[in-house]
Amino acid sequence: MTMRSLVVGEWKDGAIADATLRVIRAVSERGVPVDVLTFSSVMANAAVCLDGVERVLLASDDVPNPETLAAFLQHIASDYSMIAASHRTAGRAALPRAAALTGNAFLADITRVVTAQRFVRGLYAGSVVATIESTGATLFATIRTSSFAPACATGGEASIVALEPIAPFTATVLIDRQAAMQDGSDLASASVVVAGGRGLASKENMDTLGTLARNMGAALGASRAAVDAGYAPNAAQVGQTGKTVAPDIYLAFGISGAIQHLAGMKDSQIIVAVNKDPDAPIFSVADYGIVGDLFDVMGELDAHARATGDAQ
Amino acid sequence: MTMKILVPVKRVVDANVRVRIGSAGGVDTAGLKMSLNPFDECAVEQALRLREAGVASSVTVLTCGRPVCQDVLRTALAMGADNAVLIDTANASPDSLGIARLLHAFITADTDTDTDTDTDTDTDAYGLVLCGKQAIDDDIGGVAAMLAALLGWPQALNASAMEAAARGWLVTCGDDAGTATWRLDGPAVVSADLRLAEPRRVTLPSIVKAKQKPLRTVDASTFNVPLGTQIRIVDMAEPPVRQPGIKVADTTALLGAIGSGRLFQNVGA
Repeated sequence: MTMRSLVVGEWKDGAIADATLRVIRAVSERGVPVDVLTFSSVMANAAVCLDGVERVLLASDDVPNPETLAAFLQHIASDYSMIAASHRTAGRAALPRAAALTGNAFLADITRVVTAQRFVRGLYAGSVVATIESTGATLFATIRTSSFAPACATGGEASIVALEPIAPFTATVLIDRQAAMQDGSDLASASVVVAGGRGLASKENMDTLGTLARNMGAALGASRAAVDAGYAPNAAQVGQTGKTVAPDIYLAFGISGAIQHLAGMKDSQIIVAVNKDPDAPIFSVADYGIVGDLFDVMGELDAHARATGDAQ
Repeated sequence: MTMKILVPVKRVVDANVRVRIGSAGGVDTAGLKMSLNPFDECAVEQALRLREAGVASSVTVLTCGRPVCQDVLRTALAMGADNAVLIDTANASPDSLGIARLLHAFITADTDTDTDTDTDTDTDAYGLVLCGKQAIDDDIGGVAAMLAALLGWPQALNASAMEAAARGWLVTCGDDAGTATWRLDGPAVVSADLRLAEPRRVTLPSIVKAKQKPLRTVDASTFNVPLGTQIRIVDMAEPPVRQPGIKVADTTALLGAIGSGRLFQNVGA
């Protein structure tokens, strides 16, 4: 068996994505050489500097859909004992497809790398932590980026290997892409997250929370209940079926704390909960809880944030 | 000729039940309330709406598991599915690829049967596989893309809206930053987000009626596919419990406890 790892790279804002740096760090813990797959020469040239990367694979930039990415991975899979990507849309779509094309297994949302063939991931919305052993030729897996530190973006001296182009998959065509309104930083990697639940009671109040988030330099998150009620866009959802975050500080306003929500934020360093119901389950994971009117607390925090900003 | 829709479903521990690790070191599901996986329920609902709109002729629900899983098939039949199939996996525990292989074999065999027998009135082929985006027990979400790969069909995951298009489907999917709308040409595999379609309530008469609907059992071994043993759970544990926190009186006390430097670390950044 060839013992190498391949990381499917992502490009964001003119640089190798932070998510990719974290996936590289994760698979580095397997203790075998790491390659990175890139999709343009600019991206490849940035990837050669990544610490801990041995080879940079350069695929064509014509990867219009996950089906085509999966076909690329199928062609090179036999060189690798693991092919990994961040647990984001592209990897979640392409990796299981590539796994099936090559007759291999797929695991999602890995939170710890134990050995080259052993990994940890959650089951039942994180109520169970399972250690899983892979015995197949190539394991395809997505990585929970908030569980790993980023690899260093400099110091590497990888070589570039150009891949043969393949015919794109043509039966899937992107028609339209719409970004949700997201103020401030990217939710998944933000160091401070301000999140609202059904207790916000209206979209206007969620917008006010969004203003607080912006003034704090925080990302805005939401519970599924708030998203379903139309207060916040789908992309803001934190939880089992939304995004998983682990910021320095997570402030939950009017979120009761269903287990499916806790699954997405319980690894945060500090959790603050503000809720008028003293028995809300969110208080069982909160480091600091305020039982009271969330609008009072929002207003006071906003005033403090503005004052801090003015003082700088 | 129209098409049939296949909805693969899974029986899972109910979303409102908290699972625990039993004395044997695994999750003990004995006595726990089991339900149709919530995402699959949305897939069933969307399939029924497509049939009611005349896009599809029938909706088949299918699950891979033991005979006890028939209860979720009956739930889907009570919602309005036309017929159900249990692929009995006996003592095997197929992984995602094993399930995808069974589904692929079922679709291929069913299509062959339809073209070969003129006694079969149900001559439509499957034009759509609709399933939930993930099962809430293993939280992997791999089967839809794996099945699409084996069929060579286009795929769209995490769908929040879909409609029939001239040559296939228009599907809007949640992605990292918002939504993306894809056109899938030809038969396709689509996985449902909870927002795709709110499941209808099952009525008592429909439950009675569902008992009369066809539910056939097929032995998994008849498909002769490997069920997957490439991944194995070697340990299960409950996650560390967070230390209980404290209640603070107000915003001022909160700022004092965390420190405004930390809380406002990004202000002005």
